[in-house]
Amino acid sequence: MTTTIPDNLQALESEAVHIFREVAGEFDRPVILFSGGKDSTVLVHLALKAFWPAPIPFPLLHVDTGHNFPEVIDFRDNLVAEHGLRLVVARVEDWIADGRLAERPDGTRNPLQTVPLLDTITEHRFDAVFGGGRRDEERARAKERIFSLRNAFGQWEPRRQRPELWNLYNGRHRPGEHVRVFPLSNWTELDVWHYIARENIALPDIYYAHEREVFRRDGMWLTSGPWGGPREDEPVERRVVRYRTVGDGSCTGAVESTATEVAEVIAEVAASRLTERGATRADDRLSEAAMEDRKREGYF
Amino acid sequence: MESTSSTSQTPGEPETPGGTQLLRLATAGSVDDGKSTLVGRLLYDTKSVLADQLDAVHRASVDRGLSTPDLSLLVDGLRSEREQGITIDVAYRYFATPRRSFVLADTPGHVQYTRNTVTGASTAQLAVLLVDARKGVVEQTRRHAAVLALLGVPRLVLAVNKIDLVGYDQSVFARIAKEFTAHATALGYTEADLLTVPVSALVGDNVVERSAHTPWYAGPTLLEHLETVPVEADPHDAPLRFPVQYVIRPRTAAYPDYRGYAGQVAAGSVAPGAEVVVLPAGLRTRVARIDTPDGELAEAVAGRSVTLVLADELDISRGDLIAAADRPPRLADDFDATVCWLADRPLRAGARVLVKHGARTVPAIIGELSSRFDEQNLSSVDGPDQLALNDIGRVRVRTAEPLPIDDYRSSRRTGAFLVIDQADGTTLAAGLVGAPLPVLETGVARPAASADPELPSDERALVSPGP
Repeated sequence: MTTTIPDNLQALESEAVHIFREVAGEFDRPVILFSGGKDSTVLVHLALKAFWPAPIPFPLLHVDTGHNFPEVIDFRDNLVAEHGLRLVVARVEDWIADGRLAERPDGTRNPLQTVPLLDTITEHRFDAVFGGGRRDEERARAKERIFSLRNAFGQWEPRRQRPELWNLYNGRHRPGEHVRVFPLSNWTELDVWHYIARENIALPDIYYAHEREVFRRDGMWLTSGPWGGPREDEPVERRVVRYRTVGDGSCTGAVESTATEVAEVIAEVAASRLTERGATRADDRLSEAAMEDRKREGYF
Repeated sequence: MESTSSTSQTPGEPETPGGTQLLRLATAGSVDDGKSTLVGRLLYDTKSVLADQLDAVHRASVDRGLSTPDLSLLVDGLRSEREQGITIDVAYRYFATPRRSFVLADTPGHVQYTRNTVTGASTAQLAVLLVDARKGVVEQTRRHAAVLALLGVPRLVLAVNKIDLVGYDQSVFARIAKEFTAHATALGYTEADLLTVPVSALVGDNVVERSAHTPWYAGPTLLEHLETVPVEADPHDAPLRFPVQYVIRPRTAAYPDYRGYAGQVAAGSVAPGAEVVVLPAGLRTRVARIDTPDGELAEAVAGRSVTLVLADELDISRGDLIAAADRPPRLADDFDATVCWLADRPLRAGARVLVKHGARTVPAIIGELSSRFDEQNLSSVDGPDQLALNDIGRVRVRTAEPLPIDDYRSSRRTGAFLVIDQADGTTLAAGLVGAPLPVLETGVARPAASADPELPSDERALVSPGP
């Protein structure tokens, strides 16, 4: 008797699809947190597969820092139109404009996303929020659950997290609480890229090598923009770069790369000596426990 | 026991075009056995550690006045753990070789965190137990092995760590290997399920690289074993179990009348034409199609998420189970089970709870506590007043509606359930239908065959680690 052993991508896809369907079956108002980055794009792809031939039975939520790469916004709008998705946008600038948030001295808005995110979750009464977080990204995330319970303040409390047994997920929560759900928990960065290649998933162009005006700050190539920069001591150069993550433009750095297609990106990632967060996210470098602290505050 | 079974060849291993296989494993060991260092070593030697993570470890090691990098810092994630120097929660680690991808559940060894061992073991296809070569098999090793056997982890590896600290003495290793093998076989494992390997996580002996100091060891290194050990999907001839998670009804212009049942094959396999029964209603029909967005399938095996289209229009909703018509599970609203109690507040007889089984959650009453597992002696205590955090015990479960259950020993997925607090939703316990306690006679390893004559043989038999 022969047995078919699924390869690891098929096993990971089946696991993620199972998670999407559990949430659709047990929650009233789920939403997919969508940044336009590769992980959230893969999430949308998996959600489309989970409910095919029906449409995805919940909307996307984009927390818009206003510091966007135009390519990413175009990509978002095309994706929404192509698949007839519903999109909710929470604009950080609306919170700054009416005084609920204040601009930081360094101009970075990544940390400012938390309040608009939580306010929007409350306003729309979302009870399950899908995120593209992966456990391989960072040490504090290695202990994250697939169903991660957040209290009414959106906070993650390590000691209140439930044990996750077999593939029986417990989504029970009290009114006002919600559950963050991470279908890509067991994927690595390389798995995501292999899956993008296998499934032929379109991504924003900035993931592939292109020429761009950039300047050097804290060892990263940042792009000029309304968020401040370059300073006088930061000369602008034209470089061939690509992005490994998509976030707030003020703190998301590019890496020098000539990878113009998926196979080249896979080769580059496989040979890379820096994690994607370490290479390109200034906000993770603040302290040894930076991510743990932000998660406790309600960040993803 | 210095087993060399399945080192370099894996007969019958199918081709897996387009990717590597996935192996899910768990680790368990005492606080000082060097487990974090072993996991750090696996990540480090498989080059799964990247430069910035390594730099952070080097910096932190220097800050603490250490002369060599402390690889355990690669895996001790939460601030409170770093402050206390212990691991307090299951952490998931990822590494890969050209042959396989690994999902490693790194479970804390500290005795009050048994719940994490249960969590890590629930999905593991293999577990690595760690002992200190200077101490050998200790009580906690026996307890961990018993819990792993109870949870049905199919294969165990004993890593005899710090072998350098006993001068790479073969006789020390052989004694530990013999003792462990005797214990594990008494728990129901066969020697083919077991490997004992001498390692030094600190130095790197036999973790990834073969050690020059253990010429007497002929078996594989730990990583070689993880790369080649057979990865069983559930037995192909197990009867189909398919919990319906979601009913797909597009009601779109292109699919006005489509009705598909979405789920993940929990056991066995399914093919078009298969005769099935839908439980608990007991309706019989055939599978018309197996749908995926990438096209119809000729067969779907355990683990695969698909959508089934049935031949007849039936009233089926989330929580129902589609099962092989000729070998259905039993429907029961009153059954014996073993629970691993994971909550701070204790369980007492008469507790009103929720039970989640497959995709169905029903009210239930824990009617009776019949026995408690004595971890110290690997024996059982009859008629306990309560089960406290980390206790494992036999209970009677009465559910408000009948559930289609299998014995945990024959089907891990459909023999498992969660016990959930009705009021606040806390996960209270891991439940295993049937699954007798992994008791031995006063901690002395002996063959399972010499069963207590007072008990029926199937009640006395220890868990045979199934898929």
